[in-house]
Amino acid sequence: MTEIFDLALLESVMRALTPVLLAALGGLLCEKAGVFNIGLEGFMLVGCFAAVAGSWFGGDAWIGVITAVIAGMLMAAILSFASVTLGADAIIVGIALNLLAVGLTSFLVRTVLGAQGTFQDPALDGLPIFLSQSPLTYLSWALVPIFVVFLRRTVWGFRLQGVGESPSAARSLGVNTKRYQHAAVLASGALCGLAGAQLALGNVVLFSENMTAGRGWVAVVVVMLGQAAPIGTLVAALLFAVTEAVGFRLQGLGLPSQFTTAAPYVITLAALVLVSVRRRTLTVRRARGTNSPAPSGGGATPPVPTDPATRATVSQGENHVS
Amino acid sequence: MRAWWPSLRPMLIALGIALAIGAALMLISGSNPLQAYGQIIVGSLGPNGWAATLSLAIPVIGCALAVSLPLRAGLINLGGEGQLVGGGITAVVVGTYFADLPFPLSLILAIGAAALVGAVIGFVPAIMENKLGVPLLISSLLLSYPIVAVTSFLVRFVLLDKGTGLPQTETLPAAFQMPQFGKVTGALFVLIVIIAVVIVIDRMLPAGFEIRMTGLNRKFSGYSGVAVSRMTLWVMAAGGMIAGVTGALVVTAFPFRFVDGALITPAYVWTGLLAAMLARANPVGAVVAAVFFSALQVGGAAMERETFVPRELSSILQAVIIIVLAGAIALNARKKQKVA
Repeated sequence: MTEIFDLALLESVMRALTPVLLAALGGLLCEKAGVFNIGLEGFMLVGCFAAVAGSWFGGDAWIGVITAVIAGMLMAAILSFASVTLGADAIIVGIALNLLAVGLTSFLVRTVLGAQGTFQDPALDGLPIFLSQSPLTYLSWALVPIFVVFLRRTVWGFRLQGVGESPSAARSLGVNTKRYQHAAVLASGALCGLAGAQLALGNVVLFSENMTAGRGWVAVVVVMLGQAAPIGTLVAALLFAVTEAVGFRLQGLGLPSQFTTAAPYVITLAALVLVSVRRRTLTVRRARGTNSPAPSGGGATPPVPTDPATRATVSQGENHVS
Repeated sequence: MRAWWPSLRPMLIALGIALAIGAALMLISGSNPLQAYGQIIVGSLGPNGWAATLSLAIPVIGCALAVSLPLRAGLINLGGEGQLVGGGITAVVVGTYFADLPFPLSLILAIGAAALVGAVIGFVPAIMENKLGVPLLISSLLLSYPIVAVTSFLVRFVLLDKGTGLPQTETLPAAFQMPQFGKVTGALFVLIVIIAVVIVIDRMLPAGFEIRMTGLNRKFSGYSGVAVSRMTLWVMAAGGMIAGVTGALVVTAFPFRFVDGALITPAYVWTGLLAAMLARANPVGAVVAAVFFSALQVGGAAMERETFVPRELSSILQAVIIIVLAGAIALNARKKQKVA
């Protein structure tokens, strides 16, 4: 066991955690505002490219971080204009944005950086490291308590949640719901930009095609697992990070990479199943007005609620195309 | 003309805007957009291009139909990669372990087994949504990762053709290779059967009407007596089945083996998904859109050879078309609401 668990493992857990946590915090804001944002993957990938391009042409990693944030917000602006202003289906736009990000970054890495597939250069400035972690990692940790305070203690936080939970009630109280939704989506773009910068200038110092490899999708699941609460999201992201880090370690010990790279996604899915089952049984109990455990074995199984309200707790938009 | 013009107009607007954005991108990177677009057309439909377009279109149409059936009911199947790869590897496994089967039976069994595996892979996320409340969109996508990984493991370690040094299985026995009829591959006939079945379901059977109604308004459909969750199961299974068969069609075509990554890298699934979205899940439209996007991809590769504009331009155009279309449709709906 000591071969698997040590300080180096902790460090690689933190490295795996930061991009997913940053993106998931962005997803959390959107979820609170009632926008189902599945474009996190694309925002993050564009952030990766912009970070590398900014650092390369600006000569400083922090310029890269700033361009990544701007690029992430530009992508987010497309989503927020299409889905909030025009009322387009956020899921369709989100999927298309993810595919746009893959095409656009592959296009730009060749036209702007003149590299095929992967751009890497010793002169490319990476993020500084303090105590084996990049500053963005510390930022991501700091953001968790900040989010808790923001959501529980500030007027804006309350209003944001109101916009997601009951838009009409929020409107009747004079809250400009669209403004909150725009702000949430743009903030998620900025956070995904940071996530991309961490991935491309912190975890490694390079850009390669589709380097996010599904981390943005994991962030979407992490928000669901954490029930859109900051601490819950942190715990769920940690689950993914630990699996990824342990996977890398086991790969080093000779386990085929096919299994170790797929493991985080399997664990995330399994966790999602467990949480959904648990939430569902709780809802059934509450619906019956009792707190006794559901009868096990014998008799009919409890009626599973199919009402949209129960489903909506899992995800706001779910997968309906209008 | 009146019937389809309103639905075609936003598509043409979307295409126009996408072409304009693509042109801007090329101007910024110092290329001539007119020349590049000309090369896309010549490269995809010209004398050297159309055959390549058709051969890419076969898997893309398959994937588009696999998505369009659930999409018609308002469900987004993002698990196409798992279903496609699962079907492909199943066909190869059948071809490897039942190598002695005589010709027509061999392919029927390989494709049938691929259909079954694809259906199961499509079914799992549906049952997870129905029974456990896990969103289908997410579970179908996440499920693809382990399936692709296991397949890759099988290809690299269990079924590997050790002679070539590449991550690929051995060549399938002749009985498992899709026959050619002149210049036309047998896969086209299989695909035509699939297209016909999907169109019949969509246009002529009550089930097709129920699917469309569910897609338009899930709650209303449920109230009026449609078993929505049972429908979720079977449209996802059917979609997975089509993707599985498509996977089998790819591996039973040249080079008649499963090359690791060969079903993923050409992005059949994502091109098909965008095509289904462009057609708004109409099966006939999905076929047309799939051919259009295949032509765009093949033309993009030709453009890259001739003009140094990267072929990724095609993917950018596709995605922009869908984004603009989604916006245009929403805008139209809003205008109608105001008039009413």
